[in-house]
Amino acid sequence: MKILVPIKRVVDYNVKVRPLGDQSDVDLNNVKMAMNPFCEIAVEEAVRLKEAGTATEVVAVTVGKSDSQEQLRTALALGADRAILAETDSLLEPLAIAKVLSKVIEEESPKLVILGKQAIDGDNNQTGQMLAAMLNYSQATFASEVIIDEDSASVTREIDGGLQTIKVSLPAIITTDLRLNEPRYASLPNIMKAKKKELDVKPIEEMGVDINNRMELLSVELPASRQEGIKVESVEDLVSKLKEEAKVIS
Amino acid sequence: MSILVIAEHDNANLKPATLNTVAAAKELNGEVHLLISGNSCQSVADEASGVEGISKILISDNAAYENHLAESTANLIKSVASNYSHILAAATTFGKNVLPRLSALLDVQQISEITEIVSEDTFKRPIYAGSCIATVKSNDSIKVITVRATAFDPVNSSGGSASIENIDADNISDLTSFVGEEIAQSDRPELTAASIVISGGRGMQSGDNFHLLEAIADKLGAAVGASRAAVDAGFVPNDYQVGQTGKIVAPDLYIAVGISGAIQHLAGMKDSKVIVAINKDEDAPIFQVADYGLVADLFNALPELSEQL
Ligand SMILES: Cc1cc2nc3c(=O)[nH]c(=O)nc-3n(C[C@H](O)[C@H](O)[C@H](O)COP(=O)(O)OP(=O)(O)OC[C@H]3O[C@@H](n4cnc5c(N)ncnc54)[C@H](O)[C@@H]3O)c2cc1C
Repeated sequence: MKILVPIKRVVDYNVKVRPLGDQSDVDLNNVKMAMNPFCEIAVEEAVRLKEAGTATEVVAVTVGKSDSQEQLRTALALGADRAILAETDSLLEPLAIAKVLSKVIEEESPKLVILGKQAIDGDNNQTGQMLAAMLNYSQATFASEVIIDEDSASVTREIDGGLQTIKVSLPAIITTDLRLNEPRYASLPNIMKAKKKELDVKPIEEMGVDINNRMELLSVELPASRQEGIKVESVEDLVSKLKEEAKVIS
Repeated sequence: MSILVIAEHDNANLKPATLNTVAAAKELNGEVHLLISGNSCQSVADEASGVEGISKILISDNAAYENHLAESTANLIKSVASNYSHILAAATTFGKNVLPRLSALLDVQQISEITEIVSEDTFKRPIYAGSCIATVKSNDSIKVITVRATAFDPVNSSGGSASIENIDADNISDLTSFVGEEIAQSDRPELTAASIVISGGRGMQSGDNFHLLEAIADKLGAAVGASRAAVDAGFVPNDYQVGQTGKIVAPDLYIAVGISGAIQHLAGMKDSKVIVAINKDEDAPIFQVADYGLVADLFNALPELSEQL
């Protein structure tokens, strides 16, 4: 079974992102970039399925600029077998990204696609579901456990009320939640080995996909800031402040 | 044109977030319709017909819709989509699961988790864990939108008089089937709807210690939440998680106990009206958003707090 893992290069999760001075976009100058944390979980899950003998090949793919090769190399160091960069200099929206990915999937015909439930830049939480719709595949979003059978997968999903288990027929799209697994770190020998693994670069223009954006970004601003608070001296002080000043308890 | 809101319910009752979503829909120009798909869910339609601001309810009652699986639900919404200028659902795990699928079926770019409606086609939404707010304009002919419930005050659940129309099931999918569910049962209010929330983090040290929070929650009628670290450590189940990738809450009072205040946690609670932080580290970032900070060991502070309430 071949597993395809779409990944995304995003700002490292520790970075506090700010708007540009003219508020036209976020300021990404000189910030640290990394693989989206949910994508790391997706790679890990695929690699574990390979180690367990369930999967035969793990292919990492991303849609983005040339510098996204760095994150593909990370995926290769974590255990993916080969990688594909669908290259573009434009900043694509999830719909367009899903269209490009569905082209790649048509060519690669994997039996399973595992990707992160959201990327921590746009926080959209869309690509996996869109991809499933475009391919008319089943979808299992926000997965915290995946068990593969012959032609189906049993997936436990984190939902607002608790946990839900569904059975999806393969091929399927699975999106990862935080507790699916704890991703490993790439070891130095594996990072070296990854440099020799196959990484295909395909210009998006050659794919014949409509990648026009449907949205315009008008501005980016900071959220309303909170008024500075105070430190209270004791629990008693806290309780009286909550009762008399904030009036939130009685 | 009219606006369609997708109802979220458990085949018996509407989920509160639907009322916030209707409120967002009312800010747009047009009649508001509500689509209910489920199994034996007539009671939901009856309840919804009283909700303020809805003129028509579409109900599709079919065994295939019992568990609100994305494939069939998205197909059903698609079958009526062309009558609408906007299609809205709450940004809950239900809405997040179904709407992007619908949006791709309609070939439109969804606008996720809006917090403000600027105009018919322009919306505000948080990005980068709420570090920034983006204003975006959609050029699609149908706007598919998920709504952050806490950003819109709910409409009244009474006073409305919507008509009810049955619609046929459409293009039922057998790609996915429901196996089971573990839904947390609690006598406490639901996290996203509670007016007081008390959350514990890694500092709680164990699931057993959460009883210190529960004792206070019971006195205040509060819901109990947690940071990701507390959930990952297995102290409490996943449905407790507040944050960028958990639940978004904005109660009148949020009490963070043994939580450091990582940006991903703040993303889920910093719009609360009053924030209290109890942490033994006076430099913990949570104090930067707290209205009232108490530097103390939680194992001393919580029993004392419980006693004084
Ligand atoms: C992709 C991604 C998504 C994430 N999503 C979320 C999310 O949705 N929600 C979320 O919460 N996090 C999320 N996180 C995790 C987040 O980055 C933090 O790791 C997490 O919030 C930390 O939890 P914590 O504050 O409980 O633990 P810690 O950061 O370890 O803080 C524990 C705090 O407890 C205090 N403490 C310890 N003992 C005591 C005591 N006896 N008395 C008083 N205080 C004490 C310490 O001083 C410390 O400040 C996400 C991370 C990533 C990468």
